[in-house]
Amino acid sequence: MTGLTAVQKVLSRKTGRPRVEPGEIVEAKVDFLMLHEVTGPLAVEEFEKISGKVWDPSRVIVVFDHDVPPSTIDLANQMRRMRSFVKKHGVNNFFEIGRGGIAHQVLFEEGFDMPGFLIVGADSHTCTAGATGAVGIGVGSTDAAVVLATGEIWLRVPETLLVEVKGRLRKGVFAKDVALSIVGRIGSNGATYKALEYSGETVSMMSLSERLTLANLSVETGAKTGIVQTDSKSIEYAENSGRRSELLDVRSDPDACLEKIEIDVSNLEPVVSLPHSVDNVKPVAEVEGLEIDQAFLGSCTNGRLDDLLVAFKILKGRRVAPSVRLVVSPASVKVYAEALRAGVVEEIVRAGGIVTSPTCGPCLGMSRGVLAEGEVAVSSSNRNFIGRMGDKRSKVFLASPATVVASAVEGRIADPRRFLP
Amino acid sequence: MKIRGRIIRLGDNVDTDVIIPARYLVTHDAEVLAKHVFEDYYPEFRAKASGGAIIVAGEDFGLGSSREHAVIALKHSGVKAIVAKSFARIFYRNSINLGLPALVLRSNEGFDKLKDGDEAELDVSNGVLTIIRTGEKFSCDKMPEFMMKIIEAGGLINYFLKKHG
Repeated sequence: MTGLTAVQKVLSRKTGRPRVEPGEIVEAKVDFLMLHEVTGPLAVEEFEKISGKVWDPSRVIVVFDHDVPPSTIDLANQMRRMRSFVKKHGVNNFFEIGRGGIAHQVLFEEGFDMPGFLIVGADSHTCTAGATGAVGIGVGSTDAAVVLATGEIWLRVPETLLVEVKGRLRKGVFAKDVALSIVGRIGSNGATYKALEYSGETVSMMSLSERLTLANLSVETGAKTGIVQTDSKSIEYAENSGRRSELLDVRSDPDACLEKIEIDVSNLEPVVSLPHSVDNVKPVAEVEGLEIDQAFLGSCTNGRLDDLLVAFKILKGRRVAPSVRLVVSPASVKVYAEALRAGVVEEIVRAGGIVTSPTCGPCLGMSRGVLAEGEVAVSSSNRNFIGRMGDKRSKVFLASPATVVASAVEGRIADPRRFLP
Repeated sequence: MKIRGRIIRLGDNVDTDVIIPARYLVTHDAEVLAKHVFEDYYPEFRAKASGGAIIVAGEDFGLGSSREHAVIALKHSGVKAIVAKSFARIFYRNSINLGLPALVLRSNEGFDKLKDGDEAELDVSNGVLTIIRTGEKFSCDKMPEFMMKIIEAGGLINYFLKKHG
């Protein structure tokens, strides 16, 4: 019998069986369920049709993030509905406006993303939890409703695509460039229903924050989840979390049945995803000089302190081009506070940028920086579909935080290498 | 289980942001969502779908955001089933969970014979799409038994109630 893939190991434990096989449909036990104010209210409404009792309130996490603080009465009412659910069922893991941030970032910061855990979230970027060896799976509201009632979910056990990344990144090239290149290589549906598993020396060298960027973009290949193989960094995270996991070594056995691709990033240049698909990845040189209207730094993909520190370095002694708005959303309240202490917020404001509350808003065209007709944005977020960040005639170019901020200074899409010491 | 409707042809990579833009995710009222379905991408969609439609789409239908609002908007507009070359996984789950049959075409051959506006019948249980005008038949992969039960119950919530009620 062949060995097990990482995701087989996790799902075997969660179904209480010695082994589950790819392609099988199983009912798995969920460690944590995450809801936010956009998909949560529908989940709660469906839940109430089938049950009066949450299976385990200590395993439910509610975060407000998509439009924070709310910019419409409808959204304010959706939050009100979620607060009443939280209160009624005694959900203590509730992150109110000003106490949390973007859900995937909050889950990481609060130590929920334990290696070997199965985390289900009513949000497609729940795969971000894979950075520390958790299996994070995004679902819709009705799936979340059934998890609320039973703590279980039906899943098709995915095949695994092992992504081995080799090579040392050159100056001005970041985890986001690697992640976009992987999406470009696999394609937007090249890994549909599969699990990605990241390994290799480049990934080992990455910080947990960089791994969050990598895992986050897994869904843009169609994958069900994306797991970074655990190592000393993720084990240290687990030890500091105050939680326990039965499975800390999350990686496929050498003889597991899987597909594998290798990517050498030693010569990688900064890249951008051109409109309107994430897998439309080109070197920044191909679009350098294209005029932009807005630069957005933030989102669950790239709104962490290291991303903001890159902005700090590039902005120091410079100004945002007069024709450009630089919008920065720290991924969480914690990141915001750290950025304040590090002087990053002051530098952004001095340079003519604006810092918003932690929110998903601009990334999905919901609030705090939507695009007008025909406008062009360069963004550190994760999607560039038609109308994603605003008007249907606007265009979004996805890039690393460095490329975003360099472009904000130049007023045109720019190669960040000229701006970095 | 058989469904009849007019074919609406869509291309590859239809994402959930174009099915229902985020600015409408402030409600899950089906009528409001249906009113704005495909607003930026295919504004005539609702008028075409009303009266019963079967979407025939290319690769990776429903990619992107997990918003179940996309399925609600399609269903309430009059979409009775979706047949595609392939589906994105979260949309596929959402569609099954809301009782909207989603079938994968077995072969891409003859895909262009599935014409926009043609009346068609979909035998969901056996995975056969028939064009009424020509009698031509197209095979789809049969849905796994477990998902078929959810579809027959009218969605995951009803399935759950039947099983536990």
